[in-house]
Amino acid sequence: MSKHVITANRLVDGAVVYLTVGGGWSERIADAAVADGKEAGAVLMAKAEQAVADCLVVAPYLIDVADADGGIRAQRYRERIRSDGPSIHPEFAKT
Amino acid sequence: MYRYDEFDHTFVRQRVEQFRDQVERRLSGALSEDEFRPLRLMNGLYLQLHAYMLRVAIPYGTLSSRQMRCLAHIARTYDKGYGHFTTRQNIQFNWPALKDVPDILLDLAEVEMHALQTSGNCIRNVTADQYAGAAADEIEDPRVWCEIIRQWSSLHPEFSFLPRKFKIAVTGAPNDRAAVAVHDIGLRIVRNEAGEVGFQVLVGGGQGRTPVIGAVIRPFLPKRYLLSYLEAILRVYNLLGRRDNIFKARIKILVQQVGAAVFADMVEDEWQQIKDGPVELPAGELERIQAYFAPPPFETLPDADSGFADAQAGDPAFTAWTRSNLAAHRQPGYAIVNLSLKPVGGIPGDATAAQMDAVADLADRYSFGEIRVSHEQNLILPHVRLQDLYPLWQALEGIGFATANIGLASDIIACPGLDYCSLANARSIPIAQEISRRFAALDRLHDIGELRIKISGCINACGHHHVGHIGILGVDKKGEEFYQLTLGGDATDTAALGDLIGPAVSVHKVVDAVETLVGVYLEHRQNGERFLDTYRRVGLQPFKETLYATH
Repeated sequence: MSKHVITANRLVDGAVVYLTVGGGWSERIADAAVADGKEAGAVLMAKAEQAVADCLVVAPYLIDVADADGGIRAQRYRERIRSDGPSIHPEFAKT
Repeated sequence: MYRYDEFDHTFVRQRVEQFRDQVERRLSGALSEDEFRPLRLMNGLYLQLHAYMLRVAIPYGTLSSRQMRCLAHIARTYDKGYGHFTTRQNIQFNWPALKDVPDILLDLAEVEMHALQTSGNCIRNVTADQYAGAAADEIEDPRVWCEIIRQWSSLHPEFSFLPRKFKIAVTGAPNDRAAVAVHDIGLRIVRNEAGEVGFQVLVGGGQGRTPVIGAVIRPFLPKRYLLSYLEAILRVYNLLGRRDNIFKARIKILVQQVGAAVFADMVEDEWQQIKDGPVELPAGELERIQAYFAPPPFETLPDADSGFADAQAGDPAFTAWTRSNLAAHRQPGYAIVNLSLKPVGGIPGDATAAQMDAVADLADRYSFGEIRVSHEQNLILPHVRLQDLYPLWQALEGIGFATANIGLASDIIACPGLDYCSLANARSIPIAQEISRRFAALDRLHDIGELRIKISGCINACGHHHVGHIGILGVDKKGEEFYQLTLGGDATDTAALGDLIGPAVSVHKVVDAVETLVGVYLEHRQNGERFLDTYRRVGLQPFKETLYATH
């Protein structure tokens, strides 16, 4: 089954964030709650929509992830840049 | 420079307070994102990949040292310590927090700046020749008319919800440095056979997914009619431009559909109804605006300066810089100085807060406090005495803005690309950085000569790849970055769109490909030919054969 996490931008400052297991939002993809398959993804998305209503985040969506180096990594290059920061500014990387 | 009057100050501050209220309502939940989005865009605030992005207007690319210091302050206080000068002579801050934006806008208002109409389907920041008011080849200063257009188009009630965004560029010189042929409206200040000064009017140029060179719809428009004629063009577009398909909504599509001659007739019909009406400038207004752009108090100096000549003779690095980074000034004893924001391996158009402050200080010391921004993402000190060039160059060396590469292979236009932009398919900046490292050696760079490389990370073409001598367009192929190459584009008075050379090359091969293309040029060039001249003479074939034989 494909694995997904939810990402969004935080309303107050626009930072890239991920929905965590505890229902909070983290700037680190490593903290993200991982959904196995579509149904689990839909459950996470419902939580995310509540966070939109609560003015915490903007425009949440599911992204594909894969296991990597004992953690997870975004599949698409665009999402890797979002999770890691601009490739031209390694000093901004979120570790 | 233009200075705000009481009306301007009040208007901009009122807009800041309106936006402060809108932000508060968004943060409290009184406004949804769907409701808030058009409001923030009207104030230049986007939401990009990593954060919000604030695009601040620099009208016709003219900045005072005081304004530059304010930009440095914003970069330092509210952002990550830098800003990015864009291909539309604006500056973008990539990391502001939403809660801080009203305070940023208030700081900008204090120095007579704002972010209005830097987004949305309205008339955007009017751009101009970065050498305006200084260039030796200039007929008249285009900034006077840019300012008049700015005032006319700011919150114009009829043109605030056009079918799509609308960009106007003005040049006052026959050598077009403002890329007017690839704007929705391009204006060239020209002299007619009777010696009168007026405008040649081009319409329907643009880049993006449908690149078009603008068509001349009026060879000579008397100056006094500029606003009524512009209004007539905008009215025809507003009425007939498509609103059902965002990809076909720009004026270029309308002009192509009906034909330039028919479009010109439509404009003429509309113009005859409003010409000499209330939209024309009231008596004295042109003179009032012109006075803001009066030349600075130049000294009377000889054409040559012995100290400058001695410095050139004694310092080859300085000499190389004077060859590429200076432009001819209209005033004897002065030069226009280009500050390269393209250091080897650097990010095109980026400047740190410390660099901005340093440029402001140098502008005060050497250029009457004036700074310009070019659409090629460099800065300019427009009025420098020849005798001051050597100490200025030394100071620029100290801040990293003295790379001797203006107009050369490493003076690359690059859009933010996938490193920042939510629309991009591929990265632009790292490609520019790698090309600039590959062509770092000054002797080789100067031997290659004028070569305009322009890189866009998607088909929207913010990096002007269609008009690059070598254009590079990033595309996404099954999640991998690939790059299409075009040759022969030209943004100047001999404007042309580049020709696609063949299949896209991978991110790992694109810089090698550029080097191969430069090699083909060097092999075929004849005396004095630029890359573009050789390409126009020999055509695509030798470049194509060598590139795809190699890769």
